[in-house]
Amino acid sequence: MENTQLEKILKNYQYQDFNLLAILQDIQAIENYLPRGTLEELAKRLDLPLARIYKLATFYRAFSLTPRGRHLVTVCTGTACHVRGAALILDTLERELEIKPGETTPDREYTLETVNCLGSCALAPLLIIDSKYHGKMLGTKALSLLKGEEKDVSEGS
Amino acid sequence: MSEKELVRFKIDGLEVEAERGSMLLPVALDYGFEIPHLCHHEAVSPYGACRLCLVEVTKNGRTRMTTSCTYPVEDVIEVSTDTDQIRRARRLLLELLLARSSRAELIQRVAKEAGVTETRFKAVDDDCILCGLCERVCREVVEANAISFVNRGDRKEVAPPFWDPMACIACGACVYICPTDCIKMEEKGDERTIVRWKRTLKMQKCKSCGKPFAPLFQLNWIIDKASLPKDFYDVCPVCKQMG
Ligand code: SF4
Ligand code: SF4
Ligand code: FES
Ligand code: FES
Repeated sequence: MENTQLEKILKNYQYQDFNLLAILQDIQAIENYLPRGTLEELAKRLDLPLARIYKLATFYRAFSLTPRGRHLVTVCTGTACHVRGAALILDTLERELEIKPGETTPDREYTLETVNCLGSCALAPLLIIDSKYHGKMLGTKALSLLKGEEKDVSEGS
Repeated sequence: MSEKELVRFKIDGLEVEAERGSMLLPVALDYGFEIPHLCHHEAVSPYGACRLCLVEVTKNGRTRMTTSCTYPVEDVIEVSTDTDQIRRARRLLLELLLARSSRAELIQRVAKEAGVTETRFKAVDDDCILCGLCERVCREVVEANAISFVNRGDRKEVAPPFWDPMACIACGACVYICPTDCIKMEEKGDERTIVRWKRTLKMQKCKSCGKPFAPLFQLNWIIDKASLPKDFYDVCPVCKQMG
């Protein structure tokens, strides 16, 4: 992130370190992740220990320290989804995107994640693409969903 | 001189008194009560991580279990340090700790003292019990802020930011305070390494006796912080004393 851009965010929060969380959220929103250089610059400008910023940045699920893709693909691997074949879906996606959960494709198009039960077990196995729930998933269906070829009938959450 | 305000209460039936504001655990220990504790140290603030220091506090007829290291003493409370319920809870905690850090001698000993020799939980094998003493001493006493808790859940650990120990001055305070001895320090020639944080720093050689005595980075850091003269640490403390 450009320093001028960081400056703008900081000004918004009056350079107050009790706004640290909000500042990190703003950086995450713009960059889709928290670049190390930006966090180091932030530490300098707010005169805060980097360790304190890093602690927050690694604590909240909403933050990522590695670049995130434009699309977030999440496979539920909770118990219900697991027994209905979540592993197969995950396998298929890992193979197709050539990344592991937590990673992002080199073209920054997709980030793959797993999650532990989203409370929609009736729809198991569950696939979430950009916060949209797709239930009763199959490996093949997941692939065509990714390519935007098929409209999922059980859509909606 | 301001008079210290005292509070009076009971521990296992014994009348005790303590300064207002003190925490229950150090007071009880001072009176000779034995309460197991792993994350408490008088040099740093209480944190309540290990939960082993459980006691029962009765106040206005109501009894609840709480960690004594984080409980500020109060008038008229009654404290029990050794009930069936406490023992049961503590044994469970120790089973969990034993699963996490089965090789740590301290954990083996504390567990044995509480009658726990086996655990039904899956072994993890990490000597670090996440007591947080190292990060507290680094933050509160040394003020180097080189390490902190990072991540959460089963990936939680203490680490320097980005696993880059750039702020660590290799003072060794964390090495000293770690209860399970999992932060090691090595000195080879004129270099000191804090093994766990992967920090190696050159040591300053004493201009008088020639022995390396402390990391240069640490000395400059202190000189900077305390605005000392630049040559303050040219000779080691031993030679300095002998003048
Ligand atoms: S050795 Fe490094 S990490 Fe440990 S207390 Fe000193 S500065 Fe902090
Ligand atoms: S490294 Fe040692 S002092 Fe630090 S949290 Fe782990 S057990 Fe506690
Ligand atoms: S296990 Fe997937 S939603 Fe519950
Ligand atoms: S000593 Fe009180 S919780 Fe660890």
